[in-house]
Amino acid sequence: MSALSDQLVTFAILAYLVAMISHAVEFALGNVRARVRVAAARPVRELVGAGVGAPGDTVAAPTDPAPPVTVATGRSAGRARLAGRIAVVATAVAALLHLAALVTRGVAADRMPWGNMYEFVLTVTFIGVAAWLVVLAKRPSLRKLGLFLTLVMVLLVATAELVLYVPVVPLVPALNSYWFVIHVSTIVFSSGIFLLGVVPAVSFLMRRGYEAGKRSFPYTLAKRLPSAAALERLTFVLHAFAFPIFTFAVIAGAIWAEAAWGRPWGWDPKETWAFISWVVYAGYLHARATPSVKRNVATWIAVLGFFTMLMNLFGVNIFFTGLHSYAGLS
Amino acid sequence: MTVVDERPATPAEAPRRRPNRLLALLRNSWRQLTSMRTALVLLFLLAVAAIPGSVLPQRNISPEKVNEYFTEHPDLAPRLDKIGGFEVFGSVWFSAIYLLLFTSLIGCITPRMRDHIRTLRSKPPAAPKRLDRLPQHSTLVLPAGGVPAIAEVLRRRRWRVMVRGNEVSAEKGYLKETGNLIFHTSLVVVLAGVALGHWYGWSGNRLLVAGEDKSFCNTAQQYAETKLGPRVDTGRLPGFCLTLDRFDARFLESGQPSSFNATVTVDEPGAATREADFSVNSPLRLDGANVYLLGHGYAPIIRYTDRYGRSQTSVEPFLTTGDMGLTSEGLAAFPDANVNPKTGKRDSNLQMAFSGLYLPTAPDSAPFVRSQYPTERNPMLSLVAYQGNLGLDAGIPGSVYKLDERQIRTGKVKQVGDKLLKPGETWKLDDGSSVEFLGTRKYVTLSVRHDPGSGILLVSCGFLLAGLMGSLFGRRRRVFFRVTSGGSADPTGETPTSGSSLVEAGGLPRTDYPGFADEFAQLVSAISGDGRPDERVGTDRDDSDRAGMREGTN
Repeated sequence: MSALSDQLVTFAILAYLVAMISHAVEFALGNVRARVRVAAARPVRELVGAGVGAPGDTVAAPTDPAPPVTVATGRSAGRARLAGRIAVVATAVAALLHLAALVTRGVAADRMPWGNMYEFVLTVTFIGVAAWLVVLAKRPSLRKLGLFLTLVMVLLVATAELVLYVPVVPLVPALNSYWFVIHVSTIVFSSGIFLLGVVPAVSFLMRRGYEAGKRSFPYTLAKRLPSAAALERLTFVLHAFAFPIFTFAVIAGAIWAEAAWGRPWGWDPKETWAFISWVVYAGYLHARATPSVKRNVATWIAVLGFFTMLMNLFGVNIFFTGLHSYAGLS
Repeated sequence: MTVVDERPATPAEAPRRRPNRLLALLRNSWRQLTSMRTALVLLFLLAVAAIPGSVLPQRNISPEKVNEYFTEHPDLAPRLDKIGGFEVFGSVWFSAIYLLLFTSLIGCITPRMRDHIRTLRSKPPAAPKRLDRLPQHSTLVLPAGGVPAIAEVLRRRRWRVMVRGNEVSAEKGYLKETGNLIFHTSLVVVLAGVALGHWYGWSGNRLLVAGEDKSFCNTAQQYAETKLGPRVDTGRLPGFCLTLDRFDARFLESGQPSSFNATVTVDEPGAATREADFSVNSPLRLDGANVYLLGHGYAPIIRYTDRYGRSQTSVEPFLTTGDMGLTSEGLAAFPDANVNPKTGKRDSNLQMAFSGLYLPTAPDSAPFVRSQYPTERNPMLSLVAYQGNLGLDAGIPGSVYKLDERQIRTGKVKQVGDKLLKPGETWKLDDGSSVEFLGTRKYVTLSVRHDPGSGILLVSCGFLLAGLMGSLFGRRRRVFFRVTSGGSADPTGETPTSGSSLVEAGGLPRTDYPGFADEFAQLVSAISGDGRPDERVGTDRDDSDRAGMREGTN
């Protein structure tokens, strides 16, 4: 069972890779199409100019490019759409493999698969991709963000398999409590959503620069992205959704710590970084709700929050020793 | 502290002729402090200030690591110590940041609380003159029941409704600000709970060896280390006594522990003696204190028979060295050995001590320095005998687990041999005395704690979460309806006039709420009763969320 789980993880990584490449193809074809459209823009504008007298034309013209252009772009646009669909299907397949890997791992260990850092990262990334699929189902227009998402998935899951892997072992007594399920599941869930939240956050920052007329390197990537307002909205929705869950998870952790270690809060490195993340995300939500703070400043705070989460997921386990030393790294 | 523009603008004060400069300065500083910008900066500072607490070892968590740091960085460490680098969370600057933050918070929520209570007691405001200027606007035919019917639909949907003549004003979503205030108030209470625990809480750590002769009663002197809050009266600690009867530890074949359980006899004042079990994750809850199981180990039973034939037994815990196999080190000291029975005089130069290394599962062949498994599969005790003045009489506090190095250095204590012993084996020393390894007893590491603030913390955390949800997902909005045309201003609707009466409707979201357009449209269609049964009542939050997502894509 455990070996099956390991193989499933490998296949999941491959599927994420396929998804990433398909997204990249979609992106590239989208750029081609955009260039063609820019080239075709001039005659269209003339059409508009000619049709000023007729109100119907002015509305129709910008959305309806001239026939030759449609033929030229149609093929690559169709290909881009196809690549995008393949990418989404590959992501879904990868997510299923990912889930199967977690389930088999849990069955092999006869417990929830959150006992060490390898399993933890696998679960967090799964939550991230599952939440992404939900977002995608609700707002298909955000599909192009998948490139960034699958890139993050490939990196994180591959890191988990190559660096963090440990064989299946039962839980140490300290983890043997029903709080394990409550605390860890909510932490995993909220971490997954927070980690997903950085995708629209970074996209928003790039797209906002693009919409403001910046055409230098990182901003040009945002040419085909959804509108800045939509990205910003999604960033907020994800963070506002994850924040109370994270708060609950930290409180549950404090209740558990009271039972296990005798104090609800002891500034263990993990606790300290959870506190830092909480404060940073609280800062984001406050900044977002304050009209005088610009939206890009608020979003930068969310990106900062992402780095504190990464620090907590990886850095704390690697650099510090503390009571949360269950990573299995040595 | 969240939405600044939500607070009703305070009326501009009449300019005073001679403003007091000091007062003005104070007022301006106060306004600065309670502003959102300051709060954000303080939040950010708080996060940054917490980082050194995870990077540097902290004295209240791992004092031994702080000492290590001092030896490793002899130049840097004292400087860091001066600025509180090893006590970050109690340092002046960390305290200053959170105290300022909480002052800012209180300064921000107090007026908002006043405003909110006023809002809660007031009626929804009169409709603005031009409803078509509002973000949402619509016109509908006056429903059959007239104005009361409109009010009824709104009330059923839990709007707060005010009817003024031919106008209806309604408001909803007070929960947002209520939740917001509850959340921030709870934070203050959490801080109060922490402070209470700090002042009136106490804790002590100690080892407890199994056996009735090793039981302990709860006094401050009985602990190896204690932390007492500034307001704790050590004379009034709860007077329970504990005896460790049994300790069971199970391990996997790999040596990883799988379960622990300690069985103790509890003797509490005013209660019958009882037996109780506790383990990791399920502490022993006593009246006024909780007992936590932190660790365990072995205490070898070593009997020393001196040259005059008098025996003494030492059952001292050996400290684990941190490896999987529970290799432990310790000391069996016999300062009262070799007292001449004839003279009754003690020769301090004939005191005996054995420093030992205990391996619960010794390897099959030498070197015997590392145990291979945590249970006693092949127990072996490696002893080094010392004779001489142990330095215990000097009154200088020292470790009971280690021989005083100074005495060895100065030659007052001499090594007189070493030996490997299995349980039951005896080692005859050159001076005719003998030492016997009788076996081991188990010991547990306990932490005994009392935190009077924990109940407050738990309750306030519950409120904090509830408030947070309200604050994040609540949405304040207003709708207005006004009967405009048709001439027959019959607001009671008792006699429904001809269908010519029109109602103008306007909607105003008072907070960021992209789904409001959908909710408004739904509300209008429910009021105009255009045939569709109203099936969405009760689920409109989900719908509006989804609507919000949809809207964002445009």
